[in-house]
Amino acid sequence: MRLELSWIDYLIMVIYFIFVLGIGWFLRKYMKNANAFLEAGRSIPAWVAGVAFISTNLGALEVMGMTGSGMKYGMLTTHFYWIGAIPAMIFLALFMMPFYYGSKARSVPEFLKLRYDEKTRGLNAILFALMTILASGISMYAMAILMEKVLGWDFNLSLWVSALIVLCYTYLGGLSSAIYNEVLQFFIIVIGLLPIVFLSLKDVGGWTGLKDSLAPIATANGYAPDTLTTTWKYAGEASSNPLGVEWFGILFGLGFVLSFGYWCTNFLIVQRAFAAESKAAARKVPLIGALPKMFIPFLIIIPGIIALVLMNDPAKGFILPMDAGGKPIYDYTIIMLLKQYLPAGVLGLGITALLASFMSGMAGNVSAFNTVWTYDIYQSYIRKRTKDETADDKHYLNVGRIATVFGVLLSIAAAYIASKFGNLMDFLQTIFSMINAPLFAVIFLGMFWKRTTGHAAFTGLLSGFLMALLHHGLTVPAGATTLVKGGWLGNVHTYPVEMAQNFWTAIIAFTVATTVTVVLTILTRQKKSDEELKGLVYALTPRTLDEPGLKWYERPVGLAILVGVICVILSILFW
Amino acid sequence: MVDIRIPIGLMFSILGVLITVFGFVTMSNADMYQRSLNINVNIIMGILMLIFGAIMLYFSFRKKKA
Repeated sequence: MRLELSWIDYLIMVIYFIFVLGIGWFLRKYMKNANAFLEAGRSIPAWVAGVAFISTNLGALEVMGMTGSGMKYGMLTTHFYWIGAIPAMIFLALFMMPFYYGSKARSVPEFLKLRYDEKTRGLNAILFALMTILASGISMYAMAILMEKVLGWDFNLSLWVSALIVLCYTYLGGLSSAIYNEVLQFFIIVIGLLPIVFLSLKDVGGWTGLKDSLAPIATANGYAPDTLTTTWKYAGEASSNPLGVEWFGILFGLGFVLSFGYWCTNFLIVQRAFAAESKAAARKVPLIGALPKMFIPFLIIIPGIIALVLMNDPAKGFILPMDAGGKPIYDYTIIMLLKQYLPAGVLGLGITALLASFMSGMAGNVSAFNTVWTYDIYQSYIRKRTKDETADDKHYLNVGRIATVFGVLLSIAAAYIASKFGNLMDFLQTIFSMINAPLFAVIFLGMFWKRTTGHAAFTGLLSGFLMALLHHGLTVPAGATTLVKGGWLGNVHTYPVEMAQNFWTAIIAFTVATTVTVVLTILTRQKKSDEELKGLVYALTPRTLDEPGLKWYERPVGLAILVGVICVILSILFW
Repeated sequence: MVDIRIPIGLMFSILGVLITVFGFVTMSNADMYQRSLNINVNIIMGILMLIFGAIMLYFSFRKKKA
């Protein structure tokens, strides 16, 4: 599976990295205080933050994973976009952003502190800090191992060099630099992957040719001929589609719990909107991000589906590398497609796009980590604010900078742990993914029910998380060989596929967190006065209209309707 | 702050020119373009990138004048 790069490919890579570092260098002089470094001075234009918002999510693991999923589940993978992202993004923009941005909170944990209490913030801040470092380490490990296998680069060298580049531009330019580079990365990913979409589609005879070639493959696996090119048509029963989940699980598990948990509460993503220049801009950020998000399936899922056709046609000579157990590594689909179709030149562009997305993933995690560390852990528990504001500001700027260095070093350490104990890291990542669903329940109740109390929120958060763990410990996906996949406490229920288990874990976590929070709220006393909750709770916040004189597409509501209509049209077209 | 359209525009213009020129130089190399279904994708993508870069630069330039 070795890929040969020529001088032109390396030259493209070098030019890209010069620009990446250059952006950090030009931004360094603006980093005068902690606010500029950790919050980008709340001065980012809406479209830049919007592109960064979607770019943070379009990391290399997403690109590789979704192309692989396209190969496994066909067009059903688009559920992760049209139902599993867009509705949550619209909800975040219209209903949650006014409170997040208006509260002046600098992070999601800080919002919890303002709305609830210190212990709820502490719990969330510590879990979040651990999770970002872990995610960043796993992504760096995946990158180094990929470069070793595909390009023959030394594992240690690619790990340290890319970490050093990330460190340089985030140390120099803070969050602004991370955001600007995410925008650059978004365009290079789109342009870098575009040629594979067209070439592979042409190779299989366009969309009709693709449908015709997929029909026998679907039938051979016991599905209806058009299963792999439709989305909702066979979602009536779990067993009639390769996803192994029925419409309720898709709608409630993916479309509601998982996606609202991810898009509305994950600080890594939401931080991009926090950095916007005004409240109206902050509300538009997720919507501007949603516009390209809806079309990303055509860029990464369609090539994955085409790869399935190529694999079943020996004349094409397309093979996926196998893992130690003799199973194809689906995540490498995109790389093998680059190899299949791209000559020197555009090949360098494609590889640069992948490298860029790995590194901006790390930069995104590190910049979210240093904000939460500096404001929610260091400033809350280690060194509180003093009377001297200027000295404080300097101090916290330095802390933010040092946290960046430590964040990168800890990520490298996590990458090495992942290379030694891969299963352990998979397991930890599964566990941390369980904190989002209860977090959404607690934030949602907090914003829309003024009665919700701190004790209730804290207990709800914790019990949702523990029940998710329990569910994971007691259920197994069919064919699981390690305890990482679940069942480490016994086996009460076997799911047909891992996806179904994930959906139900999230549904249970969300339901338990909601129930516990509601019941305890009724049993405990609200300590916060209405005055304190102003701007944090829907009923206690005066409604302000968007700035007057805006055209319909400049208003959040107008944009939201546009996004919603396009999303419905896409869903119907590929029903 | 810095207008992000300037570095994006510059980078894609430079890469666009580079890849277009590379596409023309390697035009006679039929072996190389066999895998891309005998299409010279370098010329196509290069020109596309150049246009994109120019649009970005045009918009940042227009904003400065205003």
